[in-house]
Amino acid sequence: MSTLAYTVSDSTTMLRRNLRRLQRYPSMTLLLVGMPIVFLLLFVYVFGGQLSHGLDTADAGGHIGRAGYLNYVTPGILLVTVAAAVQGTAIVVAMDMTGGIIDRFRTMAIARSAVLTGHVLASLIQSLLGIVIVLGVALALGFRPDAGVLDWLAAIGLLTLFAFALIWLATALGLAAKSVETASNTPMFLTLLPFLGSGFVVLATMPAGLRQFAEYQPFTPATETLRGLLTGTPIGNNAIIAVAWCVGIALASYLWSVRLYTTRRSA
Amino acid sequence: MTDTRQPAVLVTRLQKSFGETPVLDNVDLTIAEGTIFALLGPNGAGKTTIVRILSTLIPADSGDVQVAGHDVGDDPDGVRASIGVTGQFSAVDELLTGRENLQLMADLNHLGRAAGRARVDELLVRFDLVDAAGRPVSTYSGGMRRRLDLAMTLIGSPRVVFLDEPTTGLDPRSRRQMWDDIRKLAASGVTILLTTQYLDEADELADRIAVLDRGRIVAEGTSDELKRQIPGGHVRLRFTDPPALRAAAALFDGAAPDDERLVLRVPGNGDVASLRLLLARLDDAGIAVDELSIHSPDLDDVFFAVTGQPTLEQEAA
Repeated sequence: MSTLAYTVSDSTTMLRRNLRRLQRYPSMTLLLVGMPIVFLLLFVYVFGGQLSHGLDTADAGGHIGRAGYLNYVTPGILLVTVAAAVQGTAIVVAMDMTGGIIDRFRTMAIARSAVLTGHVLASLIQSLLGIVIVLGVALALGFRPDAGVLDWLAAIGLLTLFAFALIWLATALGLAAKSVETASNTPMFLTLLPFLGSGFVVLATMPAGLRQFAEYQPFTPATETLRGLLTGTPIGNNAIIAVAWCVGIALASYLWSVRLYTTRRSA
Repeated sequence: MTDTRQPAVLVTRLQKSFGETPVLDNVDLTIAEGTIFALLGPNGAGKTTIVRILSTLIPADSGDVQVAGHDVGDDPDGVRASIGVTGQFSAVDELLTGRENLQLMADLNHLGRAAGRARVDELLVRFDLVDAAGRPVSTYSGGMRRRLDLAMTLIGSPRVVFLDEPTTGLDPRSRRQMWDDIRKLAASGVTILLTTQYLDEADELADRIAVLDRGRIVAEGTSDELKRQIPGGHVRLRFTDPPALRAAAALFDGAAPDDERLVLRVPGNGDVASLRLLLARLDDAGIAVDELSIHSPDLDDVFFAVTGQPTLEQEAA
């Protein structure tokens, strides 16, 4: 076999291992998928009636009231789903790095990248599964997207790219953490960021300093693009900005991860 | 050694420090193919550091390290393809079953479907894990975990195996079983470097032993050669009070009193004639002995002789 064939084969083996581990440890996946569902219910049924008063029907894909707010908030909730899922990535990566098995992998003649690739691919599958579940709940509650086939494909593509970027970031955070406990805390800011953007309320209602932060952080263009694709609101240049953020985060985090993986020695 | 084959492990002038602290100081090691070599030393002597350098986990500061004919610095993958490592801390996947752990190793060794499965079955039988094969490793006992760990190490049929404290923390029965497994492995032609802080373990298993103390090899040879480095056995006498101990110490040349434990070590091989003489002299002086025991030389004595310190076992005794 060639080097490339070995790399693919080793990465597939690691992916299989990680998927099996997720299967054996379902409580984590359930918890991570449960969080965005709780947020969805909370925001639609507790806050939604009030918050919907601040929305134009144009913001809400032509719907009004609670149904309008459900349409408005679902794209943001989908990004929260990704942010929540990657906390699991940091945890499983840190579990691996602080356990004895990583030294075994390091002393074997396997493709260097296989360990990380296996984690990233497994997390990507887990995140997309979470998105499908949360989207299913939103649809069941009455989310009515008016996206065409191409819009759906673009939305799935954006969510995948966004997940890919955050997973590499979480991988780096998991590698940098000295303990599993630290790794479960450091990516927490990712679940907070969507709230400081256009996911839940219209940016115009925020005070000046916060609004500026919200405008320029990556969740906002991603939310706006996703909302536009799913409910037909204007996208503008948000799509390009969102993709640029994803590529930038993914690349920087990938390089950081590889550096941490090759230089870090477990105790 | 007149062996003309290339040694399985060849280490010359190995140096390693962590920051300012020197950990290994000019270590030389030659391990002949197919033999068991024990690195013996107390905690912190540098045993694990040597294993980590030999298994490509950390780089050496200086010196030349060859494993199975490959240089650890220039050709780490060549080394990795020839070695198996079982570390001090269990390197198994807790969430997978025993069989899945072995299958994972078979896949990473690119054994292929049928050959991989056959090898997994073979190792499950050999390490007495057939009944537990379908259970997650988190339910395994310490001994089972260690056996699985070793089985995972052996999947790719390594020519050189490093075992870092393979029996630390095991109960006596599991320890015996691990010793049997190690002997069988050596009998199949595999070269084994094991580290241990147990003298009986090195004595029991190893063809050659190196005594490591604070990063330096202070003695090396076969178990018999090391035992020959010390004059002989001793008779151990225990007394009930310090005056008796001091009076007895004055009677014998070369006797080593231990004031704290009220014990006197008198050199001698403990044969009947010399014992009778020894007791007669004590009787004549009117000194009462609380307890007497005879010690033939063992590696504890070697360690004491070469490092000037008792081992952990002796301290605990």
